[in-house]
Amino acid sequence: MSDEFKLMVWRGDASGGAEVEYHVPAETGMVVLDALHYIEHNLAPDLAVRWNCKAAHCGSCSAEVNGEPKLLCKTRMDQYVGQTVTVRPMKTFPIIKDLVTDVSWNYKVAKEVPLLAPTAPAPFNMQQIDVDRIQEFHRCIECFLCQDTCHVLRDHAGQNKYFGPRYMIKIAEFEMHPMDGVDRVPLLAHEGGVGMCNVTKCCTEVCPQHIRITDNAIIPLKERVADRYYDPIKILLRRLGGKKDDVSEPKTHAVT
Amino acid sequence: MAQPLEPTARSDGHNAAKSKPYWVEPVITMVILGVWVLYSLWEVLFHNTGTYHNYVSPYFSPGVGDWFGWHVLDALYVAWVPLLFRFSCYYYRKEYYRGFFWDPPACYAVDKPRPRYSGETKWPLAFNNLHRYAWYLALIVLIFLWKDAVEAFFFKNGFGVGVGSLILLVNAILLTFYTFSCHAFRHMVGGKKDCYSCDGKPTTSYKLWNRVSQWNTLHGTWAWASLASVWAADLYIRLLIMGVIHDVRLF
Ligand code: SF4
Ligand code: SF4
Ligand code: FES
Ligand code: FES
Repeated sequence: MSDEFKLMVWRGDASGGAEVEYHVPAETGMVVLDALHYIEHNLAPDLAVRWNCKAAHCGSCSAEVNGEPKLLCKTRMDQYVGQTVTVRPMKTFPIIKDLVTDVSWNYKVAKEVPLLAPTAPAPFNMQQIDVDRIQEFHRCIECFLCQDTCHVLRDHAGQNKYFGPRYMIKIAEFEMHPMDGVDRVPLLAHEGGVGMCNVTKCCTEVCPQHIRITDNAIIPLKERVADRYYDPIKILLRRLGGKKDDVSEPKTHAVT
Repeated sequence: MAQPLEPTARSDGHNAAKSKPYWVEPVITMVILGVWVLYSLWEVLFHNTGTYHNYVSPYFSPGVGDWFGWHVLDALYVAWVPLLFRFSCYYYRKEYYRGFFWDPPACYAVDKPRPRYSGETKWPLAFNNLHRYAWYLALIVLIFLWKDAVEAFFFKNGFGVGVGSLILLVNAILLTFYTFSCHAFRHMVGGKKDCYSCDGKPTTSYKLWNRVSQWNTLHGTWAWASLASVWAADLYIRLLIMGVIHDVRLF
């Protein structure tokens, strides 16, 4: 039956649930979210699914399609011809209803990251080469698929030990900013828990924005933590210079 | 485009048909790295020389034992450097955490809760944070391997090219790419800076960092290619020493 898709959609709430079978007529170019909308309009009006832009920009429609963390609106159905398409909510976050999960933990973490504190009043005069790196991180749409995937959060219940890849991006974005004056290295090493990440790159594999989370944010941050807390020579030099590890040293930059 | 993209960046969507079960990749990694470690142990523990005329095996170079007149287990004095370098390499860390520790075995395909996971926060794994020191040592070894590669072209009767010379040259080249695409090196040359132009010398550190970043996108490839070339070089020289094969002189 190539003109029809069989979907198994997880239905339920915090108290439990199960996959329910639906059949949806195939249409050219349809994405998983279209199939779910068909179900909502024709078969199960009470199906809960969060979405907003349907253009892979708002980051609302994250879920797991055939076990893979994906944006529902960016996942085409034609790649599943002949297969059953299973749609389940993100595993790492508590379920509210059906495909909708409670991602508020992420917003709590966001509040713990000190925002950009400019060393000079805006508008800044910056060179492109100095902001190249952080522009990649601006592509994040906060879909939290990386948080869902990261095994520290997903399998090891590390929510109290690690902020997760999304917030490593966030910290990197500020920390590498040429005009920023806050030192977030102690935060990274302690509460942020960058050491919990074992650079296995699953977050990078699922990021719909193709941000190279591990290589460009997490590993560079780990190197900064190593400078401060592990490298014996650097630690010695800093102690000789009379600086303490955890006291934030305001960065000084010539303002051009 | 801010930073170089990985050439393997997932093209989203097309062909979601799972071609192989989730455990295939970690098991392949385990087998290759496992066999390599066993081979290295055999090489290091059961041989006292890696020299065949003008060829020197990368396992035995530099000849630290010779410098001090120690002639027991010659490879042992130097083989730990590349071992430490690879063990603490960010790329191999990914591979062995996935392959040997199953943390995680596959990104989301299997959920294997393990409450005592501590990442790289505790010793001995926290030791990996000192990767840069392994890099410093590996750089010294690399210089010697280049010397060996050059010497491999000078036979008793003068300049020449043998299969062994080419293998040692390719090995030195691949190891150079591997070493200079390292994440710790990328940090040293510029990654640690927040501003490239603020010190008035905008080009040097930025250019270096940018170049290393480009090489770095292929770091995993260099890692495997150089592992294979070290292996091939050593095996070739070992077989020459054992008399199993004869070196082919191209001219
Ligand atoms: S690389 Fe680190 S942050 Fe990304 S999924 Fe793996 S452990 Fe989590
Ligand atoms: S980093 Fe990528 S996967 Fe993570 S929240 Fe941002 S866009 Fe989503
Ligand atoms: S609906 Fe906005 S990202 Fe999918
Ligand atoms: S990260 Fe692989 S050698 Fe440094």
